[in-house]
Amino acid sequence: MSIWEYANPKKFLATTEKVMPALWVSSAVLISVGLVWGFFFTPDDYRQGSTVKIIFLHVPSALMAINAWFMMLVTSLVWVIRRHHVSALAARAAAPVGVVMTVIALVTGAIWGQPMWGTWWAWDPRLTSFLVLFLFYLGYIALWEAIDNPDTAADLTSILCLVGSVFAVLSRYAVNFWNQGLHQGASLSLDEKENVADAFSNPLYVCMAGFVLLFIALVFYRTGTEIRARRIKALMARERLEA
Amino acid sequence: MIALLLRDLKLAFRAGGGFGLGLAFFLIVTVMVPFSVGPQSELLARIAPGVLWLGALLACLLSLDRLLALDWEDGSLDLLATAPLPLESTVSIKALAHWITTGLPLVMAAPVLGVLLNLPVQGFQWLVVSLLLGTPALSVIGTFGAALTVGLKRGGLLMSLLVMPLYVPTLIFGSEVARRGAEGMAVQTPLLLLAGISAASIALLPFASAAVLRVNLR
Repeated sequence: MSIWEYANPKKFLATTEKVMPALWVSSAVLISVGLVWGFFFTPDDYRQGSTVKIIFLHVPSALMAINAWFMMLVTSLVWVIRRHHVSALAARAAAPVGVVMTVIALVTGAIWGQPMWGTWWAWDPRLTSFLVLFLFYLGYIALWEAIDNPDTAADLTSILCLVGSVFAVLSRYAVNFWNQGLHQGASLSLDEKENVADAFSNPLYVCMAGFVLLFIALVFYRTGTEIRARRIKALMARERLEA
Repeated sequence: MIALLLRDLKLAFRAGGGFGLGLAFFLIVTVMVPFSVGPQSELLARIAPGVLWLGALLACLLSLDRLLALDWEDGSLDLLATAPLPLESTVSIKALAHWITTGLPLVMAAPVLGVLLNLPVQGFQWLVVSLLLGTPALSVIGTFGAALTVGLKRGGLLMSLLVMPLYVPTLIFGSEVARRGAEGMAVQTPLLLLAGISAASIALLPFASAAVLRVNLR
């Protein structure tokens, strides 16, 4: 039993169809439990008031925005090295999900920043690097859409993803150069003493797990759609050939 | 390799090659800035390094679609790809030709435009140094973008969308050097980082460009 079995589209579809209902239900349950718990059963922060509760949307979406790109990087590498079509299609399927997560993180961050920092937007390193990540997603999706031949598109976009990852990391550290900025550092690390208080972190973990499962479900679903679209195209081409 | 470089340079310099268009664009963008932000000389002096860097970047970007598209159209790119010269060297030479015809004139024109924008005196040498170090990276990164979109009919806008995010680190460090130079601060750190980005791009990106070009020529 190796992971490469799922490079077979038929096997991939059969397996994902089996786990899909469980994924949808568990992500829906986790997100609703996490949000209800977070919104209604946590105390208000003594300085931030109830605006602190936007953390339950902001942090999970930011987490997935970065990890979606990372997943695209891995699947692009798999496509370049082993040329499994499902892998390229999964990268294509993940990009729009990642873009939506990036937008959620940026918008919730702006809504949170307005009462806390007194501004919707600041050219803070973290904020800026997310904006740059957003631009990278846009370019990646636009390149997929612009090319007709699916194999050429998969090759070009995966190389763009590899090169783009390097430059995205470079930009992340380049913007650090200005100043520390408004955004706080990481406050959910395992190795640090001072973390977000337990009252907030427990529902936050639930929300993060829910977002991870939601992302996996969406990517499986969209990859399945891409595989079927590819199949329809092949069938129609065969039909035309026989007619 | 030298023959290829000379050929590209000749094509660019002679009629219809579009040499000087990038330079004219750089000039017009810089001249437009005071019209949009107002003619106060302190304000212009403060934004001059950033404006000049952005203008140079845009001028570079606009000349990219000629870099490979003409050779693609008349088929000479296929010949170059099948020639004994490795495709990696071919794209490096193309990038070098682009830099000589676009980047170098920009570097030389920048001080003149700096006068128009009231750039402080101590800023001139660092502006030139930063552009001299940064524009090769712009050419090499741009060649990668041009190679990505060479097969597309209307690749120009898409190429801008793809190349601009890749220009971000170069732009940050380049204009940081120019800004610090103009304000009389120490420039060493951003200067070294800018040089590092340029060197790494020149060393590594031709491989990516050649790989992309091979896919497009398939």
